[in-house]
Amino acid sequence: MQENIIEVNKVTKVFAKQSGAKKIKEKFLGLEKVFTKKQKNNNSFVALDNISFSVKKGEFFGIVGRNGSGKSTLLKILAGVYSPSKGSVTINGSLTPFIELGVGFNPELSGRNNVFLNGALLGFTRKQIIEMYDEIVEFAELENFMEEKLKNYSSGMQVRLAFSVAIRAKSDILLIDEVLAVGDAAFQRKCFDVFKKIKKEGKTVVFVTHDMGAVQEFCDRAIMIDSGKLVTIGKPREVALKYEVANSGSQDIELGKNSRPINSDLALKGVALKGAKNGFLKYNEDVTLEVTLEAFKKISIQLNLFILKRDGTYLTGYNTIKDVAPLVPDIGIHKLTCRIEKNQLNKGVYFIGVAAYTYDASLAKDEAPVLLDILDLAYGTKVPMITVEDNSKTSNGEFNLKAEWKL
Amino acid sequence: MIKFKNIASVKNRSILREMVATDFRVRYQGSVLGYAWSVLRPLFLFAILYVVFVKFLKVGNGIPHFPVYLLSGIILWTFFVEATSSAMSSIVGRGDLIKKINIPRYLVVLSSLFSALINLFLNLIILFIFAILSHVPLQGSWLLIPLLIIELFMLSLSLGFILSALFVKYRDASYIWEVLLQGGFYATPILYPLARIPFKFQKYLMLNPLAQIVQDFRWCFVTHQTTNSWNVSVKYFTIFPILIIIILIIVATKYFKAQSPYFAENI
Repeated sequence: MQENIIEVNKVTKVFAKQSGAKKIKEKFLGLEKVFTKKQKNNNSFVALDNISFSVKKGEFFGIVGRNGSGKSTLLKILAGVYSPSKGSVTINGSLTPFIELGVGFNPELSGRNNVFLNGALLGFTRKQIIEMYDEIVEFAELENFMEEKLKNYSSGMQVRLAFSVAIRAKSDILLIDEVLAVGDAAFQRKCFDVFKKIKKEGKTVVFVTHDMGAVQEFCDRAIMIDSGKLVTIGKPREVALKYEVANSGSQDIELGKNSRPINSDLALKGVALKGAKNGFLKYNEDVTLEVTLEAFKKISIQLNLFILKRDGTYLTGYNTIKDVAPLVPDIGIHKLTCRIEKNQLNKGVYFIGVAAYTYDASLAKDEAPVLLDILDLAYGTKVPMITVEDNSKTSNGEFNLKAEWKL
Repeated sequence: MIKFKNIASVKNRSILREMVATDFRVRYQGSVLGYAWSVLRPLFLFAILYVVFVKFLKVGNGIPHFPVYLLSGIILWTFFVEATSSAMSSIVGRGDLIKKINIPRYLVVLSSLFSALINLFLNLIILFIFAILSHVPLQGSWLLIPLLIIELFMLSLSLGFILSALFVKYRDASYIWEVLLQGGFYATPILYPLARIPFKFQKYLMLNPLAQIVQDFRWCFVTHQTTNSWNVSVKYFTIFPILIIIILIIVATKYFKAQSPYFAENI
């Protein structure tokens, strides 16, 4: 059993809702109330509610949660920027917070001076910074700009410089708050490589993010926080699953705003995964889906099985017309299966939906068939989620584009 | 919290050095004369006061080397104003740091004090040159000056701690302090010699630590004719200013220590 390097014990954080500076006047006015009647204090906001967990030495620990869930507050408490209202945090080692890159950067100073300022704030001595100065500049690829003022840098250059300083941190614990959200794809790749290296060195990392892919790729364990409460703690894939399920009906992607059509001909009962446990599957695995429908009348229909991205947008679909046209189910309940071939979906999280339409061979090409029923995030129905875990190294994006280059 | 060992740690020294250097580098950014302004500014200010108080109002008649006498008061007062005002806004002004990183909060206040101290030293150099040019005699009592500077620094530092913590919660503090400084300017014998006010009030004026520092400085530096803290009429009044400073240091340490964990959320 490894020792705990971070221990969070029943931490509660309450903020006074009235932000900013209070006026002395209000204090005096407040006195009056104290004399008349003791006012119930409802001007506070509980950002964290009785949170306990511990991080072991050498662990890559994820904290996930939606915006405003309290995860950044938690990170700031770990960093010692905020102090908990109740409970305690014990840290056994040195700690560097990456809560934001380039802390203390001053636009009026040269790049060089900013390296020294930022470095000192991150806990380096002047001597150490002088020693690693050349490496920092080289990594940031800014050899010709170090005497320029920071305000003349592009934002990408600033981030590169800040990151180059930050990754020199020699402390036992690193706190990382969505650093990956900045920078272009190439820079993000660089960040990932650095994280892998940090992980190899056996450092303890606490990582706050929305990116379930990153959580599953790097973390050994993770917790999920919602409305200041610890919802779950455990293996990253379980936490990621809970996160996706909790967020599939979330407001920030405006789901469930449509209502399902009502008809007396046919109803979709459900769509489910066969085989893949918990919805996790490998890139090189087939996935089979089972659609259950009930026909009340014998009519010609077509089904479209489709894949949604995490935010609910339509990625691609496969229609029954391609295999059986038309589909004329007898009255009663039917189960149909659809197999999606392996090596198509790249690493990521997807939802599966299905829609039933009328089938009419006489329809003109630009005429739309009638929608009978649909199971889709946008219609507020529960649909299965699949998480593709492996990635083929040579492809990117949502799915594996089959194409060929020629010289 | 404010242990000397901690302040002097290599890490904290690096932070302090970089923050003071940044202050200094940024201050005269974009001006043609640059750093020269830190010397030119007090020189011009002094030229004006010299014309008004020495040539026209002639308040210093009878005091040897009155221009130097006047200038020393102004320089010490300027430091006090600059140090306390910049310390007061230091925590709020450095909110970006406070909210993101757990550096010891007192370093932020200290760095603004040190910036002011650098200016004080530049001004003192001018004062010394000026004194030599005005044939102020070299005296053994000059050696006491560092003690007075330390006393002034401790006074400004403790007020800086209190004000900076207050300012986080109550922005009114800056307006109140501005008014108090205006009052303090006239309650301290800076523009006028202490001898100009009725004798029975002199001793009460000397209870003010700033008045004591200014008068003692003049006694040490310019002329032994100055009323100082140990030749003031009531003897035990001598220790009063020191007592005030000690109390201020204790209050400042306690208050700042109690408030600093909440700076990040209150800014």
